[in-house]
Amino acid sequence: MSTATTTTSAHAPSVGTGHTRVEGRDKVTGAARYAAEVPFAGLAHGWLVLSTIARGRIRSLDTEPVLAMPGVLAVLDHRNAPHLNTDYTGLMGLRPDPTCAVFQHDRVPHLGWPVALVVAETSEQAREAAETLVVHYEQEPHHVELSGDHPDAHPVDGHEPAVTEKGDLDARLASSAFVVDAEYTTPEEHHNPMEPHAATARWDDGRLEVTDSNQGVTWVAGELQNLFSLDPASVRVRSEHVGGGFGSKGVRAHQVAAVMAATLLQRPVRVALTRRQMFALAGHRSPTVQRVRLGADADGRLRALEHRSVSRTSTVYEFVEPSAGVARVMYDADAHHTANHVVPLDVPSPTWMRAPGEAPGSFALEAALDELAEKCGIDPIELRLRNEPETGPVSGLPFAGRDLAACFREGARRFGWADRDSRPGVRREGRWLLGTGTAAASFPAGAQPSTASATAHPDGTFTIRISAADIGTGARTALTLIAADALQVPPERIRVRIGDSDFGPAGIAGGSMGTRSWSWAVKAAAGELRERLALGAGLPAQGLTVRSDTTEAVEALGPAERHSYGAQFAEVAVDVTTGEVRVRRMLGIFAAGRIVNPLTARNQLLGGMVWGISMALHEEAARDRASGGVVGADLAGYHVATHADVPRIEAGWIEDTDPDDPVGIKGIGEIGVVGAAAAVANAVWHATGVRHRSLPIRPDRVLAAAAGAPDA
Amino acid sequence: MALSTSSVITLKINGEKHTLPVDHRTTLLDALRERLDLTGTKKGCDQGQCGACTVLLDGRRAVACLQLAVAAEGREITTIEGVADGERLHPVQQAFLDLDGFQCGYCTPGQICSAIGMIQEHAAGWPSAVTEDVRPQAGPPPLTADEIRERMSGNLCRCGAYVAIVEAVARAAEAHTGEGHEDAATGGAKEAVI
Repeated sequence: MSTATTTTSAHAPSVGTGHTRVEGRDKVTGAARYAAEVPFAGLAHGWLVLSTIARGRIRSLDTEPVLAMPGVLAVLDHRNAPHLNTDYTGLMGLRPDPTCAVFQHDRVPHLGWPVALVVAETSEQAREAAETLVVHYEQEPHHVELSGDHPDAHPVDGHEPAVTEKGDLDARLASSAFVVDAEYTTPEEHHNPMEPHAATARWDDGRLEVTDSNQGVTWVAGELQNLFSLDPASVRVRSEHVGGGFGSKGVRAHQVAAVMAATLLQRPVRVALTRRQMFALAGHRSPTVQRVRLGADADGRLRALEHRSVSRTSTVYEFVEPSAGVARVMYDADAHHTANHVVPLDVPSPTWMRAPGEAPGSFALEAALDELAEKCGIDPIELRLRNEPETGPVSGLPFAGRDLAACFREGARRFGWADRDSRPGVRREGRWLLGTGTAAASFPAGAQPSTASATAHPDGTFTIRISAADIGTGARTALTLIAADALQVPPERIRVRIGDSDFGPAGIAGGSMGTRSWSWAVKAAAGELRERLALGAGLPAQGLTVRSDTTEAVEALGPAERHSYGAQFAEVAVDVTTGEVRVRRMLGIFAAGRIVNPLTARNQLLGGMVWGISMALHEEAARDRASGGVVGADLAGYHVATHADVPRIEAGWIEDTDPDDPVGIKGIGEIGVVGAAAAVANAVWHATGVRHRSLPIRPDRVLAAAAGAPDA
Repeated sequence: MALSTSSVITLKINGEKHTLPVDHRTTLLDALRERLDLTGTKKGCDQGQCGACTVLLDGRRAVACLQLAVAAEGREITTIEGVADGERLHPVQQAFLDLDGFQCGYCTPGQICSAIGMIQEHAAGWPSAVTEDVRPQAGPPPLTADEIRERMSGNLCRCGAYVAIVEAVARAAEAHTGEGHEDAATGGAKEAVI
């Protein structure tokens, strides 16, 4: 036993200082192993077979010839697959999406529905056999088209109520000096993390072990435990490195199919999705049709606000893209109505995608605000500042820090907004029309209960263990800095281990809550460990470990409107001959709580803004009416922004904190994308004088608008 | 005569020879990842659309998913595992690490291999679609941020770390040529008014 001499009083704080990623060397040398790269002896490969019809029934599957093919070990389908339990409420308080409960019946609810898994010795054999398998269907007519006035649209509560209403909307609109009434649409969008979903399942001494790529090992372990009716202690899910998630990496068909096959064959089975399969199986953001009606006094003060959104869900699961929710936070009016409706269609279930609700919702609302500014003849920033609410417009709750005005002031100064000529369509540079635009942003700041452990080792180093996920956010590094400060030691003496459900329950990397939730638990465990060491606690050879659980503290958070805020600015150039829109520069200033690691935070905020450029100009999954599937379901058909689309953009932040958070964190994963597409669209109006209310702003739409087509 | 669907081949990877039997359908990417445990080369789309599997074949950029392993015999194959000098990182790797030129890290090996190949292509005088003077006698154009963006556009980064990637490539290119182009190395100061 040695005595702890591990803390120093003259410790320089790590939080707030830029620090390169602790796993960075592994990532730039290729040493970091992602889910499909962890080797297993005796590994078999599973390949999913997806339906080629969008609605109907499986009549039969010709499995016999496939089973005779070289290397084929098994074919799993609804006739021989293990029964799954889907009658439960999961960790997130949600019922399971039947999309992940594979092979339980003969119904086909969308194109690309998993109908079988072929398992073989090699991936080439599995793929060939899967492509050989003939499936006979009984096809029924399908419907995949969403419209704003679809007869099946109905209100659905998501994580917030479907409908909020106060005041007499019609009366207030009628008495308003200026009215905006417009419909905005956003297309179906896909997450497309660079690493395709992959999982390897195996049984080890009575325990199910899954090596996966996900946004929360506690979450996925819980879902698998429920689906397969297993004892919680007998499921272990690991996910050390995750190649992006953006909301798509929860429990999905491939993990469930891999567990089924590993159970049947009693050997490790890996199932990896192909890029093309991801378009059917990894979730997506629903298209939206949004109607915004604004009524304002002559001085621009809002008297009436209506935001209605219609999105699409599958026929087997109700998921709502809550786009109208953003109005409940941003602006107040005497008459204030919001509603989120969904239409069930024969499509895959949508899911959370980076800034669910806020990303499409802020496009519609912030574009409508820009239209109102034009009508009132008031500067768009001034219009927003005049409509800053005192309390939550719908909740009436106080704001736990709302510094949107400071974001606009700082942003306007750095962007040079004061020199802007508000007239549209008057700046020309050769064949380019130039314009600038702005938009406001907000995203909820939440926290989830988490547990962590902190261990002091006799050699003066420390190990933090927490079931966190680093999906590219820099969470592993942020937690290292948090622990270093709590222990008052340099970060080099901290080892943070994440992505293992055996470390105990913790929240997900989602809803911008990951780093905040985990930091809370890490700070609690590390802080208590330091106190014990300060009291002279001796260190046994195996070290001294302290555990924390933030459940009570998080649940004790008082009611308040807790959000991050931001001001987005964009300058675009529009080619009058080709209709091409180029973003020339962009600036986002955010009030997003305490910034733990400025180096990675800047990168993440910029990444969100790149998503905004991508959403405004490129991304669109075109669903084919005839087949019911996505046309060009790959990265050539589905365009995401690449190097040449992204100029030098800048992100900054102002001093901000959450007074009720132990570190002051609000979360920065999503705020960067909110409002970004609206800023670009508003800049396109300023450049051309034409409003584009449908995303993406494609060249053909720009040309059609310039040619005088009524609906851009 | 029975059809043969596999062969024993020898691949020269990072200066080392590997002899292995492969299914003729096996791509170079799958041979690296599934057979040789060289998993640094990533599979992002398997269709030549994302650049995550970029390696250097005889010093030139190539996507390993569109190359059959049997067709790579006799080529000098360099993967991300082979670009560092022992423990000393390649200047491109070091710049990515120092400037945070990645987030999730999955496109990173491809971005780095692509940048290494790109810097050599540029030094050899190859023009790009944004090069103003493309006459052979004009020599290499200034490696501006726009040149880097154009030349790196085959490598997608869904996290959107492009700003830092361009900064990292510019810094490494500067070290390579010994002469910096201020425009690129500062992330495009000439074009930015912010």
